Amino acid sequence: MDDVAIIGVGQSVFARKCGVNIRELCFDAFKEAMEDVDIENKDIDASITCSAPEYDKQRTPSGLISEYLELTPKPAFYVETVCSSSTTGLRVAWSLIKSGLHKVVAVIGFQKMSELNSREAAERMGRGADIMWESPFGITMPGGYALFARAHMATYGTTEEQLAKIRVKNASYGAKNPKATYRKELTLQDIMESAPITSPLKLYDACANADGSSCIILASADVAKNVCKTPIWVAGMGAATDTMTMSGRKSITGLACAQDAAKQAYEMAGINPQDIDVAEVHDCFTISELLAYEDLGFAEPGKGVQLIEENQTYADGKIPVNVDGGLLSKGHPIGATGGSQVRTIVRQLRGEATEAQVKDPEIGLVHNIGGVGQYGNVIILRR
Amino acid sequence: MGFENFGTVSFTTEAKTEEFITYLEQGKVMTTRCKKCGTAYFPPKMDCPSCLDSDVEWFEIADTGKLVTYTTVHYGPSGFEDEAPYTLAIADFDGLRVFGRISKSVDENDITPGMAVKVVPVKSGEEKIAYEFQKV
Repeated sequence: MDDVAIIGVGQSVFARKCGVNIRELCFDAFKEAMEDVDIENKDIDASITCSAPEYDKQRTPSGLISEYLELTPKPAFYVETVCSSSTTGLRVAWSLIKSGLHKVVAVIGFQKMSELNSREAAERMGRGADIMWESPFGITMPGGYALFARAHMATYGTTEEQLAKIRVKNASYGAKNPKATYRKELTLQDIMESAPITSPLKLYDACANADGSSCIILASADVAKNVCKTPIWVAGMGAATDTMTMSGRKSITGLACAQDAAKQAYEMAGINPQDIDVAEVHDCFTISELLAYEDLGFAEPGKGVQLIEENQTYADGKIPVNVDGGLLSKGHPIGATGGSQVRTIVRQLRGEATEAQVKDPEIGLVHNIGGVGQYGNVIILRR
Repeated sequence: MGFENFGTVSFTTEAKTEEFITYLEQGKVMTTRCKKCGTAYFPPKMDCPSCLDSDVEWFEIADTGKLVTYTTVHYGPSGFEDEAPYTLAIADFDGLRVFGRISKSVDENDITPGMAVKVVPVKSGEEKIAYEFQKV
């Protein structure tokens, strides 16, 4: 199935406040992706713009972005699954190319979260839950993940300190990433002593809202081989959903949508979890990375903590995870995040991840989650 | 009355399930079951997408349930700033899971997953109505 490739990847600097408008923000990612490939704007057959719409006054941003990047008159449209929007965009791009309809498709993710203040953003994110039955109680995105954290602790004995160790790891890589919002190392003590936001999660268990953009350019095999040095092949994809309501979840110690998506992706790629050389997982909170270890089969349910206790998810460990700092240190500009994760894995597989290159990886994985496990996308890439 | 006064900030007014609010006013937390296939729902639904039927019946949620998980929110979003800290939870009532808040009368240190709870309608202010979990 190795016949759709990623030929170009880019992202803007992620920052608390970018100080530019959304079209200018998208340009930064587009420019970096286009520098990877020997094609012109007119060779892009379609563009898919991905973001969570409630942050912008601009309606239907895909039209605006395609004008600014000079991608008109080619088709442009918008895809949204909140925090996993840009990997959903990638899934659609793959289908467009696989069907033969298009040869080259650009997936552009962005979010300018600084358009809203922090409480307003929390309210918008809270409305990413069931607005009739759950938002009226004051649910928040961190609150939803905290419910999983508490249940994981009660079921398996996971501790706050074990979660904090995940942040220590990711902060150590974020400190080296010139595109990260948070470029400082953190000690276990810094994290353990940070202010509670929603028990048992504290300030440093959480990623920061950020402004940012990402761009992934995909192409059919015949084009890919001629326009870039190292095409990275889409070997497997999985996507699944779970209930919008927290009350509807059958599992509260793992994300069923991620488990389902992972199973599909491994099957499509014909590989097992042990074959993954490097992974990017959706660590919007420390607990989210721990759940991912288990949902992706890197560890048995309840045993994910061993991976972090034994430093196995560092760049020189058994399964390096989020060695670019993760969402925790990069920041999480909702619509741009999945594309940024894909960029990291592509750079790793090309051997270009100078800040924290894993030794000679051949197969990489991206795990990108929308909402508190409402949408799950898993993508497996191969050199 | 519809859902305009449900919870702290309501984002919904009209719904076919408005009887839920009427029952709350009467002191009962009720939900629905499809009469055809017997599937019970929470939150209540007036339609059964499996049977493509809308013949449902209301029933009262079990007296006692078990707390599944909880979190105490210290940073409330817009509209909830003044209520923080408040504790959100999921409780299981005979296999039916309900999301809501734990009563402020319960100290966070006394909350443990697995503890027995009941779900009780509560009124606040002039008009607001909701339900909360209380320790049994």
